[in-house]
Amino acid sequence: MSSTVATRYPEVWRKRTPRESAIQWAWMVAVAVAAVWSVSALDIEWAFFLDAHEQAADLIDRMWPPSWSYLPVILEPLVETIHIATLGTAVALVLSVPIAFLAARNTAANGFTWAVGRAILVGSRSVNTIIWGLLFVAIFGPGPLAGILAVAARSVGFLAKLVAEAIEEADRGPIEAIEATGASTLQVYLVGVLPQVMPVLIGTTVYRWDINVRESSVLGFVGAGGIGLYLYASINQFAWQQVLVVLSAILLIVIASEAVSAWIRGRIS
Amino acid sequence: MSAVAAPTRWRPPPFFGTRTRQNLVWALAIGYLVWSVATLDIDTKRALAGFGRALDLFARMIPPDFMRWELLVKGMVESLQMAIASTLVGVVLSVPLGIAAARNLSPKPVYVAARGLIVAGRTFHEVIIAIFFVKLFGFGPVAGLLTLAFASMIFLGKMLAEDIENIREGPVEAIRATGASFGQVFVYGVLPQVLSRQTGTTIYRLDANVRHSTVVGIVGAGGIGHTLSASFSRYDYDFAAAILLSIAALVALGEWFSDWVRRRMR
Repeated sequence: MSSTVATRYPEVWRKRTPRESAIQWAWMVAVAVAAVWSVSALDIEWAFFLDAHEQAADLIDRMWPPSWSYLPVILEPLVETIHIATLGTAVALVLSVPIAFLAARNTAANGFTWAVGRAILVGSRSVNTIIWGLLFVAIFGPGPLAGILAVAARSVGFLAKLVAEAIEEADRGPIEAIEATGASTLQVYLVGVLPQVMPVLIGTTVYRWDINVRESSVLGFVGAGGIGLYLYASINQFAWQQVLVVLSAILLIVIASEAVSAWIRGRIS
Repeated sequence: MSAVAAPTRWRPPPFFGTRTRQNLVWALAIGYLVWSVATLDIDTKRALAGFGRALDLFARMIPPDFMRWELLVKGMVESLQMAIASTLVGVVLSVPLGIAAARNLSPKPVYVAARGLIVAGRTFHEVIIAIFFVKLFGFGPVAGLLTLAFASMIFLGKMLAEDIENIREGPVEAIRATGASFGQVFVYGVLPQVLSRQTGTTIYRLDANVRHSTVVGIVGAGGIGHTLSASFSRYDYDFAAAILLSIAALVALGEWFSDWVRRRMR
């Protein structure tokens, strides 16, 4: 009799059951194996680590003092960078609404359109903005247009995914009320669903815009316009004093856009 | 004849508070659109030619060329290794940074310095950071690994600091009252409260690192990105298509894995 009690109530308290601790150990081992595999196969040249601090000091030394005379030159590309982010986000905003309705379970016309909507979401999100940039530069040639389209292509999936989730969670009440008036499907979507997801749509768009300012600062590396081209050129010419000016400018616009975005989102919610 | 008769037509309530404000927002948006498109240096002729080129490009992308799969697999594996290794290094480094940047645990000067590092580190895109690591450590995956580790450290450190600032004080005070050292307070009072959320954030960051590991190669920091940009500049579009498909598959897989683990943890 005492043995049954003992098995039900073990004498010693343990945080985990044997099964839980086995799973815990399995995860630990998996992480350790992943760590060893990932580092060992990378073929690391440890010699580079030895003089890295000297290299870094040398680099900082060459950057100082910043050549502020470069600032007027990069003013226009800086504005272009913000334009690329803003226009790209605007295009994405317009495209994301219909795609979100396609990809939301409760508003998709049928299984096929839902699958198409989901495929667009996955495709858009799986490719990085810079890779979209490579593609659009190959199509439309170098310049800000490729940048705008790259930003739009990556952002569409991001916006539509979150808006589709908001549509799926929309309150049935207003939708049924509009349906009861004999409204068409489009009217139901525009009057019953869209106002409910507007705060999510605007908030996500503003949030994505500030990510996009950051992304468009590097689009120039692949020729898709903006400040990135000037940064890359200055680095390749070893004009480190100019590099510092460009970096300061990027720091400024990214922090400013983050502040604007946070302010707008704070007002919405 | 009263002027304030009920309106016969329903109009949706304005989203931006009042109708004047709504009109103002529209006017600003249209004004901005006109200004920005006018100042942008867009070559219309070249852009229009692009539609024809797009068809040509896609025609040359199909079928994707997986013949050089060895090169492809090598680049993809390198990207994946960079992502995993950098996440692990980033997690380790993020712990001291997170503690330093938590207002309730560290002294004011340390807090300010750590927050400053986080703000500066978050500003620059991974690719910009990668350029500098390439300059310091030479071309190759080490630069990519360090870039992503740095970015992960900043991101995870920020998240950890915010979690630590939001913990309940009770357990911390209880442990402190037993005469525990700072390390013991952290391990027994703070860590249990933040561990599960931080694990979730780490898995999320792994997903983000997989995404970024595919592009840092464009500036020479290892991984598949270099192979991709090389194939684009050689007009080798059918191989580029194969790489793009592989990247999309890897990223989608990473996202699925991240969602799966985080769902299981709840």
